[in-house]
Amino acid sequence: MVNGEALNMTHTDRIVAQDAPAAAGSKISAQDVNVWYGTAHAIKDVSVEIADKTVTAFIGPSGCGKSTFLRCLNRMNDTIDSAAVSGDIRIDGEDIYARDIDPVQLRAKVGMVFQKPNPFPKSIYDNVAYGPKIHGLARSKADLDEIVERSLRRAAIWDEVKDRLSAPGTGLSGGQQQRLCIARAVATAPEILLMDEPCSALDPIATSQVEELIDELRENYSVVIVTHSMQQAARVSQRTAFFHLGNLVEYADTPQIFTNPQDKRTESYITGRIG
Amino acid sequence: MNDTAADIVRQSLGRRRRKQTMLKAFGLGAILFAFLMLGILVASLVSSGYKAFTQTVITLEVLVDPEEIRADRLPRGGFDDVLAATLVSRIPQVDPEDRAQMKALEGLLSDGAQFQLRDLVVDDPALIGQVVEITVPLSDPYDQLAKGLIDPLTPEVNRRVKDDEIGYFRTLEEQGLIRQALNTWLLTNADSRFPELAGLKGALIGSAWALLICFAISFPLGIGAAIYLEEFAPRNRVSDFIEVNINNLAAVPSVVFGLLALAVFIGWFGLPRSAPLVGGMTLALMTMPTIIIATRAALKAVPPSIREAALGVGASKHQVVFGHVLPLAMPGILTGTIIGLAQALGETAPLLLIGMNAFITSAPDTPLDSATALPTQIFIWADSPERGFVSRTSAAILVLLTFLITMNAIAIFLRSRFERKW
Ligand SMILES: Nc1ncnc2c1ncn2[C@@H]1O[C@H](COP(=O)(O)OP(=O)(O)OP(=O)(O)O)[C@@H](O)[C@H]1O
Ligand SMILES: [Mg+2]
Repeated sequence: MVNGEALNMTHTDRIVAQDAPAAAGSKISAQDVNVWYGTAHAIKDVSVEIADKTVTAFIGPSGCGKSTFLRCLNRMNDTIDSAAVSGDIRIDGEDIYARDIDPVQLRAKVGMVFQKPNPFPKSIYDNVAYGPKIHGLARSKADLDEIVERSLRRAAIWDEVKDRLSAPGTGLSGGQQQRLCIARAVATAPEILLMDEPCSALDPIATSQVEELIDELRENYSVVIVTHSMQQAARVSQRTAFFHLGNLVEYADTPQIFTNPQDKRTESYITGRIG
Repeated sequence: MNDTAADIVRQSLGRRRRKQTMLKAFGLGAILFAFLMLGILVASLVSSGYKAFTQTVITLEVLVDPEEIRADRLPRGGFDDVLAATLVSRIPQVDPEDRAQMKALEGLLSDGAQFQLRDLVVDDPALIGQVVEITVPLSDPYDQLAKGLIDPLTPEVNRRVKDDEIGYFRTLEEQGLIRQALNTWLLTNADSRFPELAGLKGALIGSAWALLICFAISFPLGIGAAIYLEEFAPRNRVSDFIEVNINNLAAVPSVVFGLLALAVFIGWFGLPRSAPLVGGMTLALMTMPTIIIATRAALKAVPPSIREAALGVGASKHQVVFGHVLPLAMPGILTGTIIGLAQALGETAPLLLIGMNAFITSAPDTPLDSATALPTQIFIWADSPERGFVSRTSAAILVLLTFLITMNAIAIFLRSRFERKW
């Protein structure tokens, strides 16, 4: 299904995990990250360790910098001229902002589902097949067909689109587009999946299917999910980070955040007093 | 009493609807005005030019006299004398011994008539001694006369066709030898000093070569420059400077490009004068800024979310540009290109400076041969004193417009093929 390197990686990780289940080691390690948009200071001295094979939820009021921080993890902020990122972000111990790191390689490893659904103006099939194609993940057409079908199934949209794979992806409903984008992101078999409010346009049934997917992905990958739904964060994540005005206020095991928050701001947010 | 929001909205509805109606009426008016102007232009061109689309011809049975034309001396021979003899046999009132009358008679046929006969005989020398039927154009004054552009009632001294000559013409006309034929020479002949023989072939081929070269240079270079500036160049003083200068370049009067081409392409590079190659290169200089500006606008209009989506799955910059951004920008790029090429097609001044207004009687075989272009040909004809060129100038403009419409039609076809639903 993937190239040999990725397979090996998963294999070794599994061994490591068996050896030391308690300290699975952090997949992503961010130290003193600051982000500016021009003169606006959007992320202030944020440090987090994100573990492998876990789901980490980012919560916080609108505009607090969740998306901004998420986009630092696959260097998506590089594409915004006014954005400046400082600090140290490592994935598997490698500084992703180092000179010799190619963002193309990084983004093949760190997939992303964007806050706004953004399918390509191409067919549904091509939307999903694009990533595997450019990375050379499929050896044959049949291979590619299989990747496309499996990705669409995992994103809980296969049944709705299987009869019209050649229809344009932009012709789907908002929620369908969002799931198509999820399928597109998982098709390249990334090791880390960043999901920016992946369920914001989904009905409860599709939402629970996506949550199932997230749970399934956790067995092999590390998932970071931004959500405005406390219930969702509580349901799917093991660790939760609460952001407020660009600061990382509290970062702990999910049950602790929701039952015993240490910071007043966290408490007011999860009980609905600030937002 | 308090008005509810719904009441307030209702009160403003009339005003809003009025504004909308006004806007619609204004837009419709603008379009009607544009069409009216276009209609007037085309109507005036057609009314003065339609007569150039026919040509008065005469069909004669010519005895290819072996005394005058000998197989061993071809292509030389007395073809004009043979034709004159044929005319004399048809017009009883002419005395073959009267030199003035014979001279007037020879002016009846176009100068090209004898060459037409010659080509016929050269192709098939077996015709010598036989009678051949040949249809040849009348010369310009008689063409004018046949089309009613010369009034026989004006005093003879003020008339290009004298009374005798009108007599010859009428005699031939009564025998049913003269008719109006579709003027295919207009498209199949190159330029000529004689209006009845002058055609646009050289100008059409010259223009086609020049445009092809202009397109081949300006399209890839323009798109390349635009992609670099829009997608890769860092935003700084240098790129601002380049941007300002490209915009300036688009506004530089075209004559200046002609002077530049004269100095650089012809002066330094030693390329030939009057050549469509140089014309195309000159036009490319003018078209490129237009294409760059249009391409950049089209690239900018591609939503950033598409770029993010492609980058997000790990596409490289080059894959994003060629796989997603460029295809989406293509309709806009093509529109800009066609506007640029249409301007180039009608551009006269720079071509005059590089000598594409020379008098050239054969169509170019290669882009290095001397040629004219449609606009410069129109310029030459508009400047010619012969009456026959008046209607031909209008006809040439109509041909130019047809060329333009064809180009636009192709562009619209291409654009619709590239257009995608969002
Ligand atoms: N491209 C940008 N240019 C300038 N400022 C930006 C840009 N993107 C985000 N910001 C600013 O950075 C801050 C953080 O934005 P961000 O999108 O990260 O918020 P968020 O936590 O994801 O909010 P939401 O929950 O509404 O998505 C906001 O104040 C926002 O205005
Ligand atoms: Mg956000």
